[in-house]
Amino acid sequence: MSAEAEDAGRRTTAGSGGTEPSADAGAGAGAAAGDWPLWEVFVRSRRGLSHVHAGSLHAPDAAMALRNARDLYTRRQEGVSVWVVPSTAVTASSPDEKDPFFAPAADKPYRHPTFYELPEGVRNL
Amino acid sequence: MSAAPDPATADPAAADPATAAGALALGDDALVLSHRLAEWTGHAPVLEEEVALANIALDLLGQARTLLSLVGDEDELAFLREERAFRNVQLVEQPNGDFAQTIARQLYFSVYQELLYGQLAAGGEAAPLAPLAAKAVKEVAYHRDHAEQWTLRLGDGTETSHARMRAGLDALWRYTGELFRPVEGLAVDWAGLEAAWLETVGGVLERATLTLPEGPRATGWSAGGGREGVHTEPFGRMLAEMQHLHRSHPGASW
Repeated sequence: MSAEAEDAGRRTTAGSGGTEPSADAGAGAGAAAGDWPLWEVFVRSRRGLSHVHAGSLHAPDAAMALRNARDLYTRRQEGVSVWVVPSTAVTASSPDEKDPFFAPAADKPYRHPTFYELPEGVRNL
Repeated sequence: MSAAPDPATADPAAADPATAAGALALGDDALVLSHRLAEWTGHAPVLEEEVALANIALDLLGQARTLLSLVGDEDELAFLREERAFRNVQLVEQPNGDFAQTIARQLYFSVYQELLYGQLAAGGEAAPLAPLAAKAVKEVAYHRDHAEQWTLRLGDGTETSHARMRAGLDALWRYTGELFRPVEGLAVDWAGLEAAWLETVGGVLERATLTLPEGPRATGWSAGGGREGVHTEPFGRMLAEMQHLHRSHPGASW
């Protein structure tokens, strides 16, 4: 995970330095903030829970993205772990495909675990 | 700064004169640098960096409040002292310059502060500032990391960024000698501190394809340093801006 992000960061840094053209990193030595690539930030609030998408930010590379994420999203002790992922690495479902993707689940009650009794005291199931 | 100070440090009588002198020097360092960094708010190159600098400024302001409340009333100390009564080093009062110069100032000072607080924290129970230093050293480690990361990127970036980083480092070099003059009330191995500082800063600069600046590390003409209350010209203007609201509207609150 972090190794991938790190690698992607290096590529985009090279792009903003003007040595190698890149779609989202801009080109030329005068590359300003607007040319910095976008990163998606995932924060794990405490041990045992999974990382949750917190937002996005701009940063010149992965290492700086992690630090910016720390400043922007974990100032009030929200997290014990942070991931940053280049936004370009995210493949998202298209709004046009919403129906075929998500609609058929509504009329299939057997897919929902509603026939079990929840043991007392269990919070995260 | 009108909220109640931390209960752990609320007793001003706890500081003996020597400790108070040390706390005043460190507190003024933190207060003045905090104000300088806060000047970037609304002017930083990018939003993310603005938040980072403001975060560092707020960390330093917190340290300043704790330290100054060991000496007396923090508001009086911050807003009603004249320039000559401030005991901060001249390095922290230097104007922000461009972003590279701010980073150079951050690198010089946060490496110093991290080593200094580290020594104070290691002083154990006997050292009155040890608990504060132990808490602050973690914050300062992040400040140092921030400065280090940017030094590497600016130094090893483009031709322009390298030249600007070089210029920032050179412009502030003369103020670094003062950092290692002994301060009353602080039990610190100053020679060891200076050696460690040179090694750390030199190491970062080497990785950033830069070198330690050459030339004198204290101003030749200076009758004394910031620790004796002798400050550089820009400090007066900074203080005027920092203090005018409190002086114009004493006791005002919102």
